[in-house]
Amino acid sequence: MDTRIEFPVTEKPKLSIRNLNFYYNHFHALKNINLDIPENKVTAFIGPSGCGKSTLLRTFNRMFELYPDQRAEGQIMLDGEDILASKDDVSLIRAKVGMVFQKPTPFPMSIYDNIAFGVKLFETLPRIEMDERVEWALKKAALWNEVKDKLNQSGSGLSGGQQQRLCIARGIAIKPEVLLLDEPCSALDPISTGKIEELIHELKTDYTVVIVTHNMQQAARSSDYTAYMYLGDLIEFGPTSDVFMKPKKKDTEDYITGRFG
Amino acid sequence: MKATSVTLSASKLAKHRRRKTINAIALTLSLAAMAFGLVWLIWILVETVRLGVGGISLALFTQMTPPPMADEGGLANAIFGSLMMVGLATLLGTPIGVFAGIYLAEYGQKGMLGSCTRFINDILLSAPSIVIGLFIYAVVVAPMKSFSGYAGVLALALIVIPVVIRTTENMLSLIPNALREAAYALGTPKWKVISSITLKSARAGVMTGVLLAFARIAGETAPLLFTALSNQFWASSFTGPVASLPVTIFKFAMSPYENWQKLAWAGVFLITMSVLVLNILARTFLRNKT
Repeated sequence: MDTRIEFPVTEKPKLSIRNLNFYYNHFHALKNINLDIPENKVTAFIGPSGCGKSTLLRTFNRMFELYPDQRAEGQIMLDGEDILASKDDVSLIRAKVGMVFQKPTPFPMSIYDNIAFGVKLFETLPRIEMDERVEWALKKAALWNEVKDKLNQSGSGLSGGQQQRLCIARGIAIKPEVLLLDEPCSALDPISTGKIEELIHELKTDYTVVIVTHNMQQAARSSDYTAYMYLGDLIEFGPTSDVFMKPKKKDTEDYITGRFG
Repeated sequence: MKATSVTLSASKLAKHRRRKTINAIALTLSLAAMAFGLVWLIWILVETVRLGVGGISLALFTQMTPPPMADEGGLANAIFGSLMMVGLATLLGTPIGVFAGIYLAEYGQKGMLGSCTRFINDILLSAPSIVIGLFIYAVVVAPMKSFSGYAGVLALALIVIPVVIRTTENMLSLIPNALREAAYALGTPKWKVISSITLKSARAGVMTGVLLAFARIAGETAPLLFTALSNQFWASSFTGPVASLPVTIFKFAMSPYENWQKLAWAGVFLITMSVLVLNILARTFLRNKT
């Protein structure tokens, strides 16, 4: 097997993907992916629909395992430990690798409980510390000022942009090490998108952030590294400025200049 | 920007006219079908009120079923028996139905066991209730050598279970997978995803199913005829025959005695109104969900 990493990064890798292949039944969706995702940086995956970028993201927390016809082969090392081969309960991996989805999914409970739900799974905090944690997460997600007077109201009463920030707050409240964002802004207006991009920028001081996006300006604005994928292959990976300003591959250049995709 | 109508070619206009005609015919037929259905329903309701409302009095709720041609008497024992049996059957059937529904929606979507359970449940759902009555007669009443309220409860519970299974499964399947994934993504174990997230999201729908099942068994006669039978008096224990509204109505309505017939109509009015109220409650529950 070819274990060569085509696009090495100098920083310490948080996630190292080696020879990763992914199948939906018999469809080969990811083809021998090799990639290092650096710690405390924002890494963006771009590429046309169906190129496998969301699929790749969903292997990092083994989310694909919910569906029996999906299968991953290869290695995904989180701090040197293979999470695909891990015998640990998958919940423990997901506590380290958080995820925020394309559509906001508030739980059927109050705003406060939406945040506290995940925290309570792994920690037993006295009420006062839980209050602090909820406030901290909501402030991080730039939502605190809008909801501090209605923490007991249902989360589904918020606007779409607020719901998405609630989901991000819920994701960071459990203090994961890696945060996966699967097109977090695709359902949002430009103002909410702006807030979330600012947030992504702040988050990287504490977390390793991986974001899948259809919006190339967003990738250019908010990421340190960019990976371009096409039809299940990783075409190009490197510092965002390089990928956007002087792409090495013709395919990448065609895609980011809008001639294709 | 002129407001003149767009001129279409003759062939397009002809097609448009044809479509409008078909639309008008379809609309008329649907309205006629709706009117046909509503006429009978309203007729039933009007007759029930006309003949039943006169029998409503305090005595109806406080006095026992009378002997033929007595001057007074009520349905207290039948109302009590019905409430107890229907209530116990719902309490017994709801947890079983909810758990089986959870299994079908969350664990056994594709497996052999799930498919079999779903198929058998569909049969049970459409089984004539008299069959269920006879079944309980054969397995409970005959060996015990006595009609009993408990046998009635069992028969009614067997009607509740498939209804609750079906609604629970349907309501859980309506919950988008994105919500489940979001819960799993936090590291939530499966049992907790189901109990705190999906079941909670579906609770209005499940409650509606339970209320509808309750309303359905409140009017069931056949399964009680072979199990709880009836009783002219207050049933002090459920190990013997217990009176119920539907069976009392059946008995009294067929009798030649005027006071019994009048009580039967009052009972019909009572059941119809309770079922109506329960249905309205069920609808309110569903509406509050959104």
